[in-house]
Amino acid sequence: MSNITINIDGREIQTEEGEFILNAARANDIFIPAICYLTRCSPTLACRICLVEADGKQVYACNAKAKDGMNITTSTETIETERRAIMEVYDVNHPLECGVCDQSGECELQNYTLEMGVDSQSYSIKDVERKDKDWGHIHYNPGLCIVCERCVTVCKDMIGDNALKTVARGADAIENEYKESMPKDAYAMWNKLNKSIIGLTSGEEMLDCTSCGECAAVCPVGALVDTHFIYKSNAWELHQVPATCGHCSAGCQITYDVKHTSIENSDGKIYRVMNEWNYVSLCGAGRYGFDYDNKVQAKDEVAFAKAVEAFKKADTLAFTSTITNEEAYILQSLKEKFGYKLVNAEAKAFQTFLKNYSEVSGTSLYGSDLTQTHAADFIISLGTALKSDNPNARYAFNNAISMNKGAGLYFHPLKDPIIDGIGKNVMSIAHAPLTEEAVLYLLLDLFADKSKLPTSVVEYIGSFHSLKTVTVEETIKEKVVEIVKVKKVNEETGEEEEVEEEKTSMVPKKISKEVQVDENALLEIVDAPQNFSESLEKFLAKKESFSLIVGPDLYTHPNAKNLARLVALLEKYSAFKLVMIPSLTNTLGVSLICDLDDARGTYTVGYNTKGDFTLSALGEGDLDMPALNQQEGTLTSIDKRVNPTNAAVGYKGYELNDIANALGLSAKLTIDYTVKLPACKGFKAELFDNLPNRYENDGTEVRGYVLDILSTETSATESVEAITDAKLDGTIIYLANPVRQFSEFTNVSANLKEEIGIYMSESYLKTSDFNAGDTVKVKTQNGELSTKIISDNKIEGEIATLPTFDSNLNSQALFSGYRFSTATIQGV
Amino acid sequence: MSNIEQFKNRNVSEEYFLVDIEDYPTDGWGKFKRVVKRTFQGELFVGLWVVLREMIKFDIHTVQYPKEKMPIGPRYRAVHEMKRLWESGTERCIGCGLCEKICISDCIRMETKIDENSRKEVSEYSINLGRCIFCGYCAEVCPELAITHGGRYENASEQRAHFVMYEDMLTPIDMLKAGQQQEFEGFGAITPHEDERVKKTPLAY
Ligand code: SF4
Ligand code: SF4
Ligand code: SF4
Ligand code: SF4
Ligand code: SF4
Ligand code: FES
Repeated sequence: MSNITINIDGREIQTEEGEFILNAARANDIFIPAICYLTRCSPTLACRICLVEADGKQVYACNAKAKDGMNITTSTETIETERRAIMEVYDVNHPLECGVCDQSGECELQNYTLEMGVDSQSYSIKDVERKDKDWGHIHYNPGLCIVCERCVTVCKDMIGDNALKTVARGADAIENEYKESMPKDAYAMWNKLNKSIIGLTSGEEMLDCTSCGECAAVCPVGALVDTHFIYKSNAWELHQVPATCGHCSAGCQITYDVKHTSIENSDGKIYRVMNEWNYVSLCGAGRYGFDYDNKVQAKDEVAFAKAVEAFKKADTLAFTSTITNEEAYILQSLKEKFGYKLVNAEAKAFQTFLKNYSEVSGTSLYGSDLTQTHAADFIISLGTALKSDNPNARYAFNNAISMNKGAGLYFHPLKDPIIDGIGKNVMSIAHAPLTEEAVLYLLLDLFADKSKLPTSVVEYIGSFHSLKTVTVEETIKEKVVEIVKVKKVNEETGEEEEVEEEKTSMVPKKISKEVQVDENALLEIVDAPQNFSESLEKFLAKKESFSLIVGPDLYTHPNAKNLARLVALLEKYSAFKLVMIPSLTNTLGVSLICDLDDARGTYTVGYNTKGDFTLSALGEGDLDMPALNQQEGTLTSIDKRVNPTNAAVGYKGYELNDIANALGLSAKLTIDYTVKLPACKGFKAELFDNLPNRYENDGTEVRGYVLDILSTETSATESVEAITDAKLDGTIIYLANPVRQFSEFTNVSANLKEEIGIYMSESYLKTSDFNAGDTVKVKTQNGELSTKIISDNKIEGEIATLPTFDSNLNSQALFSGYRFSTATIQGV
Repeated sequence: MSNIEQFKNRNVSEEYFLVDIEDYPTDGWGKFKRVVKRTFQGELFVGLWVVLREMIKFDIHTVQYPKEKMPIGPRYRAVHEMKRLWESGTERCIGCGLCEKICISDCIRMETKIDENSRKEVSEYSINLGRCIFCGYCAEVCPELAITHGGRYENASEQRAHFVMYEDMLTPIDMLKAGQQQEFEGFGAITPHEDERVKKTPLAY
């Protein structure tokens, strides 16, 4: 991609070769009307309103690519006529419902109708009955739909569920006279619009998808609305609080839309969550799980005094990673002052993994981020249930494959129909649990530069290769000469007689041949499918940008250290850019800021986790704490970005900073610590109030700051250990949440209610004796629990999953760190 | 309307004449003399006599408020009313929230929800009359002619904040049936000849 200069309406602007004209214009604050185009997704040409003239020819700005020296006019008389006609068409039979419509005030149909000055209507057609559809968390009103197909596009190109499509509207044909009399593009656009409406790909009555709500967010009109928000509030009454989602490590930028609770109650309440959908896509947890604030009416002085006492008595502070960087800093400061043990097993595992990684890579952090993953064209995911561990990593995986003619490999024991649904360019390899090392060796074998890899590693990889003689069947064409008798008319006598003729023909023939082929034993160890090598070869054609996503399965793996070193080798000696998924919201921040310990001492104060004295933002402990949507502070995301978040709703109780102050630290506000976050870990001395939180018009993320990657000391050798032949067999359970659930904080959300139990795929339920709803006893060497079977069509195969979002289930107790375990499951 | 002509004549000099006004005293002595003169001239008693005379006549012209009330002009802007549709009796307010938005003293608050018939329903609506300045904007902006001003101007209360709720403003159904709902003629009412100004949308039925 090179820089080029184009001219739009007399302004010279710089852009990149191949960039769409629309994006180039937007990046330079030049307005071109556009309805159906979504940045980061493919142009659909549904609306045609983005017409511009490029070098004298009318083109659609959203799909015409900029060329050096191009001259573009955004508005000519014919274009204006087209645009006005397009808007008139959109207004045909659009009900006059703005008075009650939930989109009113932020409706693109309203805006463009006014923008184009539509004050009268020239077109008409008989309307067809279009009934409202209740699709569960989304409500579809086809009467308002303008069939821009943005919902379909985002679900396919970004989210990857492919749950929506256009279906037949069943309308009369447009009257012939319009074909002649109407502007050409407006007619074509109407013709298409008049034939379709939005329906479900599954053909079912109810939408069954990963429920992200992105389709409703991108809908320019009130056709798709979040069910929870219907008729709740007008857009203009809501005050937008820019924030960072607190549910997972993606750290999506969101705004909480807030207004008073009711007529009588002026306290703020969150009515919905919005996003800049052109640049960031949310998952269902971020979008709907906003009501987890801890409603505390007053400061409980007695409980506070007890808390201070408990801190004085305690030798351990245990906590989860759903805290801000500043709170982590407070905990670390308390440790330094009073010598507490800081216990957070999940962050500790990640911290150790990072440390081991650094010893080989020489860098404090992995090199890539999700933005680069979006731009890649070959992606590998390993060690993560992608769609539930970090939905945005999954969107990046899908988006890159859909948009960049990309391909991907998904290494995970748990089969995922959503990932498989992305298309033929994704290959899932369901390796056995514990064979992640073999996968990494395989990747090193396939992609690393062997001339740079340590020779011991190259030799070790070589040991998996062998030459094997195989008999291959080949079809060759063989020349066959036949004598055939044909009847011919003898020219001399004029009589017909039989003559013999020679005829040659080529006939296919199968032969067996012995050939020597290279056999890679690693492929068998990781259960790669038969056609792995051929498919991979196809996948890799014309690929330039490689991305590797690794996830939490690796951090708690019994051989995590070796895995970390292998990952580092792969990043160092191959073209892959690496991104690691931190297991929880601020796991990365916590693991950088806190010096973590392994085990608890005798008396523990727990923060959002059970202790002898418990501080809880869930409102169930001994002293209440504010939840993440009631706090100012920063969160460190997977993109290594320190993102600011703001308090959306008020909180009247005590916070961690108050306790810290009572114990001798001194800061007026928690965010006074933002500037003190450790520079030796890559943080910058920035004041909280100076941290931005927005996207530029060209999509540049201007949020907080990016951590510095520091160089670290490397270990003497780059040696890695051989693989063991450990593999989990038999009945296997996996510790993972269903989509939209991450923790207790998503569990308390009224919009996200999810049944707790053991999740089994439909095929598993069919082939086994288990039935959904049965209570079963799940037993491992670490413990046992009883719970209900839940049928889950978002997983495949025979591994059952146990969620962690409800601590009452205490599912973690069944596992010894690693997310997979063999188990016995018995009906009771 | 013919006698409107008289107002169109703006040539003041024809009708007006100057009154004879004594020069104002400029010095202290002059002012003192004027005070003494006015005090002892008995003008005060002239006024008192007029009052006494009228009292004895018992010919009283003042309105006996609160026993008696003056009729209020149809465009007077006092406490709001919520109107119903004449034909069906349903409430006209659709809950669009424009009145809440436009209110310059921010004294309208409302809550809406989806009702059993999937329509938008106003579940709560209040106006803080202590803040309302009776500007008429809400009545003017209302697309449904639902909120209007009414003639009830008595809204004194012990507290500065006092509220009128939706039910209090809504035309009682029996009044509507008796045909007693009054259309408001002031701010927000339909202007005459509205029909002629409307451009019709083509419909293909
Ligand atoms: S979609 Fe837009 S134009 Fe249509 S009713 Fe809603 S606000 Fe009005
Ligand atoms: S539902 Fe909304 S986003 Fe989807 S096609 Fe209709 S108007 Fe466009
Ligand atoms: S909610 Fe998300 S996954 Fe479901 S249809 Fe909409 S965009 Fe697709
Ligand atoms: S839960 Fe994660 S992916 Fe979902 S909106 Fe929040 S930060 Fe984004
Ligand atoms: S403007 Fe009229 S219709 Fe709209 S909410 Fe107010 S009273 Fe109801
Ligand atoms: S935005 Fe280009 S065709 Fe719709």
